[in-house]
Amino acid sequence: MEDTKGYYTPHTEDEVKSMLEVIGVKSLEDLFGDIKSENRPASFNIPEGRSEQEVGAYFRRLASLNCPGIVSFLGAGFYDHYIPSIVNALSSRSEFYTAYTPYQPESSQGTLQAIYEYQSVICALTGLEVANASLYDGGTGLYEAVMMAYRATGKKKIVISEGANPVYRSMLRTYTRNLEFRLVEVPLEKGRDSREALFKALDAETAACVLQNPNFLGAIDDHTDIISRAHDVGALAIESVYPISLGILKTPGEMGADIAVGEGQSLGMPLSFGGPYLGFMASKKKLARKMPGRIAGATVDRDGRRGFVLTLQAREQHIRRQKATSNICSNQALCALRAVVYLSALGRSGFRRLAVLNRDLAEYAKSGLSAIKGVRLEDGVSNFNEFTVTLPKAAGEVFEKMIVSNYLAGLPLSKYYKGMDDKLLVAVTESRTKEEIDGYVRHMEKALWS
Amino acid sequence: MEIPANLLYTKEHEWALLEGGRVRMGITDYAQEHLGDVTYVEPPEKKEIKQFELLTTVESVKAASDIYAPLSGEIVEFNGALDANPELLNRSPYGEGWIAVLEIKDESETAKLMDSEGYSDYLKSLEEKK
Amino acid sequence: MELIFEKSVKGRRGVTIPASGVLPAPKLDSSYLRSEDAQLPEVSELDLTRHYTRLSQLNFSVDTHFYPLGSCTMKYNPKFTEEIACMPGFAALHPLMAHTGSASALVQGALEVIYETERLLAEITGMERVTAEPLAGAHGELTGIMLIAAYHRRKGNKKRYVIVPDSSHGTNPASAAVAGYEIISIPTAEDGCMDMEAYKAALSEETAAVMLTCPNTLGIFNTAIKEVSRLAHEADCLMYYDGANLNAMLGKCRPGDVGFDVVHLNLHKTFATPHGGGGPGGGPVGVCKRLVDFLPVPYVAKRDDGVFYLEDKRSHSVGRIAPFFGNYGVMLKAYAYIMLLGAEGLTRASEMAVLNANYCLKLLKKYYTLPYDRRCMHEFVLSASKQEAKGVRALDIAKFLIDKGIHPPTIYFPLIVKEALMIEPTETESKESLDRFIEVMAEADRLSKEDPEMLKKAPRRTPVSRLDEARAARMLDCSHI
Repeated sequence: MEDTKGYYTPHTEDEVKSMLEVIGVKSLEDLFGDIKSENRPASFNIPEGRSEQEVGAYFRRLASLNCPGIVSFLGAGFYDHYIPSIVNALSSRSEFYTAYTPYQPESSQGTLQAIYEYQSVICALTGLEVANASLYDGGTGLYEAVMMAYRATGKKKIVISEGANPVYRSMLRTYTRNLEFRLVEVPLEKGRDSREALFKALDAETAACVLQNPNFLGAIDDHTDIISRAHDVGALAIESVYPISLGILKTPGEMGADIAVGEGQSLGMPLSFGGPYLGFMASKKKLARKMPGRIAGATVDRDGRRGFVLTLQAREQHIRRQKATSNICSNQALCALRAVVYLSALGRSGFRRLAVLNRDLAEYAKSGLSAIKGVRLEDGVSNFNEFTVTLPKAAGEVFEKMIVSNYLAGLPLSKYYKGMDDKLLVAVTESRTKEEIDGYVRHMEKALWS
Repeated sequence: MEIPANLLYTKEHEWALLEGGRVRMGITDYAQEHLGDVTYVEPPEKKEIKQFELLTTVESVKAASDIYAPLSGEIVEFNGALDANPELLNRSPYGEGWIAVLEIKDESETAKLMDSEGYSDYLKSLEEKK
Repeated sequence: MELIFEKSVKGRRGVTIPASGVLPAPKLDSSYLRSEDAQLPEVSELDLTRHYTRLSQLNFSVDTHFYPLGSCTMKYNPKFTEEIACMPGFAALHPLMAHTGSASALVQGALEVIYETERLLAEITGMERVTAEPLAGAHGELTGIMLIAAYHRRKGNKKRYVIVPDSSHGTNPASAAVAGYEIISIPTAEDGCMDMEAYKAALSEETAAVMLTCPNTLGIFNTAIKEVSRLAHEADCLMYYDGANLNAMLGKCRPGDVGFDVVHLNLHKTFATPHGGGGPGGGPVGVCKRLVDFLPVPYVAKRDDGVFYLEDKRSHSVGRIAPFFGNYGVMLKAYAYIMLLGAEGLTRASEMAVLNANYCLKLLKKYYTLPYDRRCMHEFVLSASKQEAKGVRALDIAKFLIDKGIHPPTIYFPLIVKEALMIEPTETESKESLDRFIEVMAEADRLSKEDPEMLKKAPRRTPVSRLDEARAARMLDCSHI
């Protein structure tokens, strides 16, 4: 019987034979002579290989067990935005996605220039002066920003608003456990940052003040005064931001922040059940050398032609005992490419109009929901495309009822915040139509009162 | 490999030039060669420093290296020219590429440093280890 | 090539933003608003397409060029796995569905993927349990070291050091340093393996772990590996396996069977997920029985009735190291790859990888110095020291290869070899591809004697050549804005 299994190895029987001859051994097993029998696998129960058709059918079955068609109002840091077809088309060019990290610049100008352009659009969004080639996600990005503040100030106290994504705060706790950092988490007041509480926490021992805008509950703020206070006590200000909101909202740069980080998934990455995502980071110029990760820099070649290289690589492998280093600093190059294509496709005015569209739809949903008996919004809070509603029943229960009607109603906040059993976090993106919002409001009323 | 006779040396490849109550310091020819093209020298953050304590960092294309104080003292001068021209460290490590000047407290600390012959022997022993 | 910004024309529009169909929202207080629009490019979709299409053509990639980068395993990325990752049944899922009430019933297929991938990776490596949460190889290393540190803390051990061979990759000591350990570096002996006497001397009750890759970065398998493990365990020192070189021994040897306690894998190396120009990757971590309780939470578990759910409890979990389950899209591709190849295909991959490497080694040692003259596994290291004597360095040979349309091997690593060239052909390369590579390397050797300037001037067929890296670092220009 012919051996029809290629397994992506092109070798014919004859080729294997002649190569073994050249090497000077009789069989393939001779090449593994260094692995004695006592070091061979105790078992290797991997199923037999299958054809594309069979594997495809298996995955199609698994995919069909999932329900992507549910109408979603669930955000909480990760959003269902429309991805223009140009993003997939350009990022699926295999010259981009099958390339390696661009260590040999002459053979990687495509990747390097794309990264430089990505860094530029991140600076444009955040209003800060330098950006890196990206980090794994918004959470590891936040950790890296905290480490930058530690390196810059030598201090170990971190003041962090509870408005910052709870998942990120949890990750931060995990990473800083061994480093003897003091994390002071400051509660929100009526859904917003309390100046009183934050000002009290900020002192001369603080390395950084970590804020998020819009905060996890969806409230917008102008953190300029808090950032100014942080600077007064010698701390750095880190702002974690939702990139689409920067189409209209005040930038971290304008607020005076030293470092901006955030989750770039909304910039052309599908939700994809948790990843791959994109951690972006930008900072003031004076912190550039303390920034982790790769940075693509412009330079010239020996004939004076402009080109791009990975730069400040000294940061990567250097070990400084007195100051803990980071080692989580590769980048999400392909995701960064998607982001720069996405932002370039929207363009300067398109990006603003997208943000306005998101807000318009969210405000429409807000007014629809608040018209339902017993549903309340937080007073004096402005929102971008996500907001918190207080329901007359437990949010978890309402969430369950809405699933039956084919809606992901939002995120019941009891999971992350004490005393918020009746609160639901609702996100509305441009992927939702007026009709879907109307249907959602109708079913919400039914879920609450019928 | 240049090893000027009038200087004192540390195991971490710094040189020290005593200037009456003060010491001027920098990195040796050996160090600059191993670093490669210097791209940045961080201005020291401290004022008071102890012998062999971390003074600052020198970055090159290849790596970032810690630079230590050869003697205890107070940092009174930092070579500002290095900001615009970090390559001075490569071109003239003992001259224009000096890094800092310290006002020293205890000249007897020089006993812990090597003279040019001692440093030359030390470099030889490093080469042999390779 | 011009930047996308330099192709901008004010007022040019890209994609169409739909109308909302609702009334505009009430205006926001001006203190909340940015003063000016973000300075993004303004280009048409065609301009955007031409720009990034042309940029892509400036790259070398596996799909266009032979890429023998040592320790990177630049094997062919099956297109089929790309299709799987794009299926809307996976790509459109919000991760919080798994965490929120009965929405978890709506993502059972997605959870099964994670469960099965972790199970298969555990079987492939001989480990008790695997977490696919780490988002890249280096992240996996950090996670692994955190697990080791947690283990020692729990036992009340006072551990200060981590042992690494001097041939190890830089990220190993960096990970150890982040966890607060100091490094003891063990020299490589003449046979290319870690010096056993020095190793024994370094082990003490203060050593927390030994970090090894196997085969090592020289492509050499340490036949005494079980002894290395035994000695470590005697000192309550854990064995950490850097999975970068797993492609050498799939189906031939499992790290769990030879004494490793913690393993990290590189999905973008061994399991053929694309490198993406520098990410995204995936760095799953596997552990032995005694470390299972320290693994991150939440994790995917299966009830007796076959329902998948997220389990929050692990008695000594280090906590959460990623926002959700890891780079799910990457995991999907790796899982599909494992299913396509199966046991036989994975074993065959290693056999052909080792065959290809040895074939190249045999033919190239005529021209280049082989510092450790013995058979290799899936990769080997040459030294361009003969050529350096004529003034031609590994860097020049690398630039010459670029002119010949071959991506250079890894250069100047491992640090213990002068003018190192680390070559890993991988199993997906044909004999013709290898023969051409050998021809070009032979030519480089010949030119180093007859016309070294040819090499020093290279590359000359690329849009830029010999970029000034010192200038890039001195005059940091990382944004057009």
